[in-house]
Amino acid sequence: MERISVFEGIAAPLKRSNVDTDQIIPAVYLKRITKTGFEDGLFASWRQDPEFVLNQPAYQGAAVMIAGSDFGTGSSREHAVWALRDFGFKAVFSPKFADIFRGNSGKQGLIAGEISDADTELLWSLIEANPGVQVRVDLPAQQLSLGDVIVPFEIDEYTKWRLMEGLDDIGITMQSADAIASYEAKRESWKPTTLPAKGV
Amino acid sequence: MSDKPMTLAEKLWRDHLVVEGENGAPDLLYIDLHLIHEVTSPQAFDGLRQAGRDIRRKDLTIATEDHNTPTQDIHLPIAEPTSRAQVQALRDNTKEFGVRIHSLGDKNQGIVHVVGPQLGLTMPGLTIVCGDSHTSTHGAFGSLAMGIGTSEVEHVLATQTLPLQPFKTMAINVEGTLRPGVSAKDIILAVIAKISTGGGQGYVLEYRGSAIRSLSMEGRMTICNMSIEAGARAGLVAPDEITFEYLKGRPHAPEGADWDAAMEDWKLLKTDDDAVFDAEVFIDANTLDPFVTWGTNPGQGVSLMDSVPNPADYENPNERAAAERALEYMDLKAGTKMKDIAVNTVFLGSCTNARIEDLRAAASIIKGRKKADGIRMMVVPGSQRVRMQAEEEGLDQIFKDFGAEWRFAGCSMCLGMNPDQLASGERAASTSNRNFEGRQGKGARTHLVSPVVAAATAVRGTLSAPADLES
Ligand code: SF4
Repeated sequence: MERISVFEGIAAPLKRSNVDTDQIIPAVYLKRITKTGFEDGLFASWRQDPEFVLNQPAYQGAAVMIAGSDFGTGSSREHAVWALRDFGFKAVFSPKFADIFRGNSGKQGLIAGEISDADTELLWSLIEANPGVQVRVDLPAQQLSLGDVIVPFEIDEYTKWRLMEGLDDIGITMQSADAIASYEAKRESWKPTTLPAKGV
Repeated sequence: MSDKPMTLAEKLWRDHLVVEGENGAPDLLYIDLHLIHEVTSPQAFDGLRQAGRDIRRKDLTIATEDHNTPTQDIHLPIAEPTSRAQVQALRDNTKEFGVRIHSLGDKNQGIVHVVGPQLGLTMPGLTIVCGDSHTSTHGAFGSLAMGIGTSEVEHVLATQTLPLQPFKTMAINVEGTLRPGVSAKDIILAVIAKISTGGGQGYVLEYRGSAIRSLSMEGRMTICNMSIEAGARAGLVAPDEITFEYLKGRPHAPEGADWDAAMEDWKLLKTDDDAVFDAEVFIDANTLDPFVTWGTNPGQGVSLMDSVPNPADYENPNERAAAERALEYMDLKAGTKMKDIAVNTVFLGSCTNARIEDLRAAASIIKGRKKADGIRMMVVPGSQRVRMQAEEEGLDQIFKDFGAEWRFAGCSMCLGMNPDQLASGERAASTSNRNFEGRQGKGARTHLVSPVVAAATAVRGTLSAPADLES
């Protein structure tokens, strides 16, 4: 995974709350078996509306999304994060994220940063007054800046560290192989195994 | 530490701790059972291959096909090419890596959350994960069961562990006795309407109280299933005699000395008397009505006796805007009586409500009746085994005589990844768990209901309670 620190990009306002993952990427796109190329599924049904924010010329190439509260609720599909990432987003900001979505984001190098309701409204109005404006995301400082307006964002320390280091989860866990083996050695005998298969 | 009173969720956590996280790092938890299906696993297997890794515990892993599988003509190849490719990828991957799989046509095939419990693999005291948000279903047995993303699927395959941040705990106390025609589904819809779709975020919910204790395992599964619709990471019910009774004799249930050892452990699986939850919610079961949704998220529900709410009545501007948008999408007017809403389709299925008890409940309502003109009713058992059992009990005949379609097992119209979809503008009463825009087909409108409300609705053609059939 790429290391993330400070970057700039166009910010797109998504002025909706409770954006569930079915909207971020509808189920029909989940049939693929590859891990990339999901950009065409991003907000597929909303994008059929020419007025939809991501269809507007000013927001082409957007890298940062400012969304309403409760972003990423519903299905656990990680495809929602892949679709955002493949479309070119590096960060999404919202007053509140669904847990699974936030977890998935951290694992795929997408910043899911929490900002206050007031700051969300503020950023929306600033962006809409100047569509296509660039924002600067500073992960180490946990700050989002637009011109001279600086907005702090929340992200948990561990996810931040991983994003900054570009670390892969499995590699980190493999370092605990001994602890896993000793846990397994004392696991209860009554616990089920799927093999040999019974009931077939 | 050991003296501190603990909630059930905290005990399960403690019992599975492999490495305690330091400096904000998550804890590393051992995973006892990993369920796999075709939608969220291909990229995980791909990841293993790319990194040259193997599966650590094939014997704690099991796969089934459910999301894409057709529910009729299952002997034919899957017609839709991408669905076929996804199912084929699962077959190829499980073969290559040596994972047990129950494929279409196999009697253990079905919705992953129906298959685990019916095989007796789901039991108390485990950690259970699956790349599917409704994994919370398995919490009904007193296990910590969580939906995970595809990266995490890969992580569990490779390491049989998962790094997790600790959760907060919330008690959902449901006391009293349900009135006739009111069921587990109504409890959970009422809970979500009360705490909202985000109200459970960061929490593991423990359902407690006399109304929960008197529910069957099927009912408890329905409730835990929809914990995720309140935003929670998991839902739990402490195991009791009803749990043990359900489990005993199932194919993978412990036997002999193992059963005794398990019982020793399982009896400890309850929240200590003086343990403190981070939050508590109280629901009075005595006064609950059948509950239905009017909007486009599962929190937008009301009593079936009520009317479509008026967005202007919401104080919170976000909720008001969401309600306005929902009414527009649902093509409903504020003030319309819920019971006046006519549907085109009734769907009895999904991991929420397609177990044998759900089918029996619906069949008992429609028996000897005919469906309303112009209504389509689809009955999709949660698993092939449920289908077989229903056929042994003659339920299939009751559904067919009524005019319903009797299908093969799978997720079906719950999310419409297979051909079972609603057309744009069509309206369904559905026993599934999500009424999101487009969930059951592009432009489709969904009202979430219990199995008996689904059945009564199919008789009358408008949203109805079983009691409405008597008048
Ligand atoms: S039945 Fe519906 S909710 Fe359940 S696993 Fe299948 S798609 Fe998901």
